[in-house]
Amino acid sequence: MEAFVHQIFSGLANGCIYGSIALALVMIYQATHHLNFAQGEMATFSTFIAWALIQRGLPYWLAFLLTFGISFAAGVLIQRIILRPVEKAPVLTNVNVFIGLLLIFNALSGWIFDHTVKAFPSPFPQESALKTAYFSAHESGSFLVMLAVLLALYAFFRFTPVGLAMRAAAQNPESARLVGIRVSWMLAVGWGFAAAIGALAGMMVAPSVFLDPNMMAGILLYGFASALLGGVDNPWGAVLGGLIVGVLENLLGAYVIGTELKLTVALVLIVGTLTLMPSGLFGKRVVTRV
Amino acid sequence: MPEASLLEVKNLHAAYGATQVLHGIDFGLQSGRITTILGANGAGKTTTLRAICQMVRTSGSALFDGQQLVGKATEEVVRLGVAHVPDGRGTFTALSVDENLRLGAHVRRDKQRVVEDLERMYARFPRLGERRHQQAGTLSGGEQQMLAISRALMLRPKLLLLDEPSFGLAPKIVTEIFRILRGINTDDGVSMLLVEQNAQLALELADRAYLLETGRVAVSGTSRELMANESVRRSYLGV
Repeated sequence: MEAFVHQIFSGLANGCIYGSIALALVMIYQATHHLNFAQGEMATFSTFIAWALIQRGLPYWLAFLLTFGISFAAGVLIQRIILRPVEKAPVLTNVNVFIGLLLIFNALSGWIFDHTVKAFPSPFPQESALKTAYFSAHESGSFLVMLAVLLALYAFFRFTPVGLAMRAAAQNPESARLVGIRVSWMLAVGWGFAAAIGALAGMMVAPSVFLDPNMMAGILLYGFASALLGGVDNPWGAVLGGLIVGVLENLLGAYVIGTELKLTVALVLIVGTLTLMPSGLFGKRVVTRV
Repeated sequence: MPEASLLEVKNLHAAYGATQVLHGIDFGLQSGRITTILGANGAGKTTTLRAICQMVRTSGSALFDGQQLVGKATEEVVRLGVAHVPDGRGTFTALSVDENLRLGAHVRRDKQRVVEDLERMYARFPRLGERRHQQAGTLSGGEQQMLAISRALMLRPKLLLLDEPSFGLAPKIVTEIFRILRGINTDDGVSMLLVEQNAQLALELADRAYLLETGRVAVSGTSRELMANESVRRSYLGV
């Protein structure tokens, strides 16, 4: 029983990371109806930036904040420079751009920071008040960081004029333009948030999986599964989906299929959700009149 | 003495893809007045409004307050003071009434006056005041039309474009909405360009009218002149 509860809690800790990657995916999907396949590699690259800053002797939290800011700015720039020209292009064009970005960031990570596996520090000391019976200090620390970010995001979208404008632009771009909202810039800010949230997930997961250019490849798949399961247009659904996927993956891995086949859970969930329940658990059912 | 011209449209063309809808129309709009565009379905009325807001591919000239609109982005046209109440009303159905109205003032920087204007809207449309925290999608058709109009007014526009405000509404509500539009024009001095199927109502409200036929201006004149025009009477007023 003890072990079972332990599996659930460690699943929740992983689920937090999956949930934030899913949230980053949803952030862009809501506004553009595209899934950013480069989300994982962008997060890895951001984590490398944080690693380099820490190597230079910066204190962890300063490096953390700087990485967050740099990633946000980079996300905005990527949208402005690379995606804006294809805003009105067909879906496949966008998919190509995303795959291009994925390859570019993956190669850049290897080229600049080389392919050796690196240890990444955790800001939460092993023996601290954060350590509980079921969570390690790092697990509960990341949980709290994610929670804080979620609340901050919620407050931003709920209470600020820019947040309101972003919601309006995602819901009804044409009407948004008619009240003078610069919709394309709102997309760029959405990209900024997605990149920054991805960076955060990368920095939180790196201490447990170690840092290398392919660190996020598997995690992105779990992120996709979480986003789809939660309903790909619902940010809260994405986070909940992440927690569910994290727990499911851990329990199935421990008791049913073994740890080697864990990634299959993500793939089965993706295919299963898309075929049986395309709008996910908490998504809007989209009906198109034909 | 001729009044100041707010909008001067010359040789305006508009097309959806390969389908040309406006074939070079000319018209003008006087400051502080209500102008209406009449015509049958498919004559290009809605497209004319969309062309002014640059929501459709256009060529030609549309000078608003001395500024060329053709070639600008929609959001930049709006920022010059053109508010558009589109067909289908364009409310943000998943947002609350209050949020819809705040979005109407998105480009304004005078936050204090925005708050005052919000209260003025609720005073003018008490039904919206009662429902200010309700999702816009749950409002009745008439309430949504009132929301769309008041959202447009939150911009403090120099020109209000109205696309069939009577569409799909009960006659009693239509009368109320036209009474409110008259009030907005006389109290706030907002100029209006009104597109309407209901020619009778539109001519009663407007000072000047243009009749579109298949993307061209067929007849133009004061509302009085159009009401007296034999072919207009037969085709559009049903008398």
